[in-house]
Formats: sequence, C-alpha cells, structure tokens
Amino acid sequence: MIWVLGSMLFWAAAWALNIRLAASRLMRHRAARLAVPAIFGVTILVLWEGLVRGLGVPPVILPPPTAIAAALAGNASLLWADFVQTFVRGALAGYAIGCSAAFATAVLIDRSPFLQRGLLPIGGFMAALPIVGIAPILVMWFGFDWPSKAAVVVVMVFFPVLVNTVAGLAAADPMQRDLMATWSAGYWQALWHLRLPAAMPFVFNGLKIASTLALIGAIVAEFFGSPTVGMGFRISTEVGRLALDMVWAEIAVAAVAGSAFYGLIALIERRVTFWHPSQQGRYGAGRRSPQQGG
Amino acid sequence: MRNLRPVLTVLGVIFVLWYAAAVWLNAPWVRDQAGRAGQAVSLAEIVPATMAQERPVLPAPHQVAAEMWKGFTGQPVTSKRSLVYHGWVTLSATLLGFGIGAGMGILLAIGIVHNRAMDLSVMPWAIASQTIPILAIAPMIIVVLNSLGVTGLLPKAIISAYLSFFPVVVGMVKGLRSPDAMQLDLLRTYGAGPGQTLWKLRLPASVPYLFASLKVAVAASLVGAIVGELPTGAVAGLGARLLSGSYYGQTVQIWAALFTAALLAAALVGLIGGAERLTLRRMGLWR
Repeated sequence: MIWVLGSMLFWAAAWALNIRLAASRLMRHRAARLAVPAIFGVTILVLWEGLVRGLGVPPVILPPPTAIAAALAGNASLLWADFVQTFVRGALAGYAIGCSAAFATAVLIDRSPFLQRGLLPIGGFMAALPIVGIAPILVMWFGFDWPSKAAVVVVMVFFPVLVNTVAGLAAADPMQRDLMATWSAGYWQALWHLRLPAAMPFVFNGLKIASTLALIGAIVAEFFGSPTVGMGFRISTEVGRLALDMVWAEIAVAAVAGSAFYGLIALIERRVTFWHPSQQGRYGAGRRSPQQGG
Repeated sequence: MRNLRPVLTVLGVIFVLWYAAAVWLNAPWVRDQAGRAGQAVSLAEIVPATMAQERPVLPAPHQVAAEMWKGFTGQPVTSKRSLVYHGWVTLSATLLGFGIGAGMGILLAIGIVHNRAMDLSVMPWAIASQTIPILAIAPMIIVVLNSLGVTGLLPKAIISAYLSFFPVVVGMVKGLRSPDAMQLDLLRTYGAGPGQTLWKLRLPASVPYLFASLKVAVAASLVGAIVGELPTGAVAGLGARLLSGSYYGQTVQIWAALFTAALLAAALVGLIGGAERLTLRRMGLWR
C-alpha cells in the first residue's frame, strides 16, 4: 500500500510542480521547457514502479521499470548483437538502398511529366498500403538472414521518399527558374544549383518518415522467420517464454535507436536546409536571418 | 481525369514487368522438373508452365486474381477459406481500434489545447513516440492480454488504437490551434467562454486537419490489426493468412491476402477521403 500511496503522492506533487512551472516566467528559458516533459516522463516511471509493486502485478503481465533496467544491464551483449543484426544490417542497409533508389527514380522521372503524372498517384497509393505484408514473400525469396529484412525496408521506404522528392523537385518557384534560364543554365545546372537545394525540405520530410518505417519493417519481417538473433526474433521468443522484462528491454533499445536515428536525420536536415522558414527561429532570436543580414 | 492515361500506362508497364519476372523467377523450377524427367523443354513450353504452378516463386497476376476470386466467391462467406471472412475479422479489429484511437486522440488534443501544463508535458512525448517502432510491442500486448483472459477482437483493436492514436493527437492539436489571434479575439469580444470557443471556432477550424490525420491513422490502424494477428498462431484474419501462407509455402495465398489487404486499405482511405470532400464542401472549405 505504501508503494501505491507514495507513487500517487509523487505524481500529485510532480503535476503541481509542472503546472507551476508552466505558468511561471521560467518558461522563457530553454532548460525549463525541457524540464517539464522530463518531469512528466519520470513521473510515469515512478507511477509505473509504484503501482506494479504496490498492487503486486505479476512480472509476466507488467514488469517494473527497475526489472527492465536490470534486464538491460544484464543482457547488454545479447541486446547489442540483436541491435547490430536488426538495425545496422537490416534497417540501415535497406534504408540506404531504398532511399537512394527512390531519390534516383525521382530525378530520372523528373524530365518526363507523363511518367510523373503516372507514377505519383500510384506512389501515393502504395504509401498508404500495408506494405509490411510483403515481408513473408521477401523472407521466402531472400532467406532468413538480414538481406530479406533489408529488402522489406527497401520496399517500405521507397514510396514515401519518391513522392516527397518528386513534390520537392517541383518546389522551386517560376521566378527562380526564370532567373536560371536568363543565366542560360542548362537542365543539370538548374537541377544542381536551384531545384535540388529547393527540394531538400521535402526530401528530408520523406527521409524522416522513412526512418521510422525502416525499423518497423526490419522488426516485423523477423516475425516471419529469422536466424536466432535480432530484435524481432528476441521479442517473439521472449514473449513466448513470458520473460517480459527482456521484451521491454528490447523495446527500450528499439525506442532509443528509433529516436536517435530520427534525431540524426533531423540534425542533418537542420544543417542542409538552414535557409528554410521552418528552420529559422531555432537559431535564437538574437541572430539575424541570412536574408536580413548583408 | 487528366492523369488517367499516364496512370494506366504505368500500371500496364508494371503488369508486363510482373509477367516477365514471373517467367524469369519460375523458369528454373520448370527446367529442374523437366531435367529430372529427362525431357528437354523449349521456351514455348516453359512460359505457360511458369504461369500454372502450384507454389510459384512469384505467381502471375491472373493466378492471384483467380485465387482472390475463389476466396471471395468460391464458398459461403462464413467459411474459414473465404477471404471475406478473414477480411471481415481484420476489418472489425481495424475499425474498433480506429474508433477508440481517434476518439481518445481527439479528447487528448482538446485537453492539450486547453491546459498549458498538459501541453508542455505530454506533447513532446506524443511527438517523440512517432519515432518509436511501436509495432514491436504488438506480440507482447496480445500475449499479456491473452494471459489476462482477454481474447478475440480487443487485443488487436488495442494495437490498432495505439497506432492510430498519435497521428490524430498531433494533427488535431495543430488543427485546434489553427484559428488565428484575430478570430480568437473576436470570440472574446462576443464574451464566448472556452466551451463556446471550442465548439464554434476551434473544432470547425480543425476539420481539415482532422481528416488528413484520420487518413494516416486508418492506414496505420489496418497495419496494426494485421501485425496483431501474427502472434496469435494464425487463427483468423488477413495477417493469419499471410503467416500460414508463409509456413506452408502457399505463395498464391500470400499474394491474395496481400491484395485483399491493399483493397481494404484503399477502400478505408477512399471512404475517409469521400467523407472529407462531402464535409468540407458543406462547410465551404473544399477548393
């Protein structure tokens, strides 16, 4: 009972603190804006721990966070092997191949409005389909090891990147294109100096969507057959053994890997598309934007 | 309609490529069989043989179409072999989950817009959760709920709900915030309370955002239902058809289930798109 009451009290205190913080003038500082969600996250963990321990929830239904942390620490080498198999070999390889293929396709069909009008509706349609369903077919074709997972990821990331890149290549406005024409820039010069940079915000939008799809594809493909290593394999076998602390540890690894991957892409995006309005303002109010400087 | 001809051309090219790939991928098996029987096969014999295999590496489009037709009409819809039956199992979990997820998402978005502490605490997590491969927890949810005695539709619907929840939250928060300061000030001068502002300004303004996120959510919800069917040991549903097909090497069955799922996704997204057009036209927002 003391666990339940304690965690409830902690929750109430943290929530009151958050309300105070949110209403206070401290919110102008970056640290406070980060502190509020962090406090909320910690509260969830404490509440989880307290309720599971206090109510005596069996660990085969929901293990407490401390047990998950122990599983994380105790099986570090196993988790690392799974991570390398699924994320580095399956997801990253497939992501690189799929995204570059989609980008190349978009540049290739760029010169043909006919192909664009034909491919875009189909690409948009494919992006909405449950593509994970092709996982069993590709596992049959490419075997149980990582190439089949990479193949699933290739197909999953292809269409979002394609659709976004084609939309991006149309983003440069007519005035800028006319300027390129008056400078007698050729097709490739205009593409390289104007239209590809102008397409980058769209391309990165596609790349960010694809980054989350990649890990999902690699994990789900392992549910259809895999060697005895890999995050999806570990999740399905440990669920079968009811070792849920290990499953949660694997999910924690997947969550950290997924957010880190997304964060990395977002970081590159910020360096590449620093000129875009959506990226302005993050540089702090003190600095002037490039257009105003001069 | 301007796009009809290019789309049909591209589809035609895909069909031709598909047939070519089917011949190319299935030919080794035909040659192998003929080699074992000690016969020589000519190309004219190989091509039809690649289209009529029991378990081809890549079934030809007409084989998939025939299997789907058989699945839809070959037996009563309650039969275990009927694709209508399996499709319905998946669809009902999808719709239940989508309803729960979208409803909760809208409620949470309203809470976030009205409570600054909630906005600051929950919103970063809602956005961060989009980057996490949530589908990985599907097997665990199924097994845990099974051990609690909850079986059937609900565990799959919970996964669907979870997947459709976050797109709706993020989209609705954006939508409920879309009225500009001028409009909000106007309502304040009318003496409108928060409830009236919500009902008369924020909710109508959020409708375009709502439909955009509902389309994403329903597609995600279908994926959730299909993946949710995998760990239950292939009992019923399109995901179970995929899994049992992959166990027994029934490639035609896998492709038929895959295309049924695609049809279902297209129908669901199309339905929401239609509702969007009707609603926005009546609201005068459709361009």
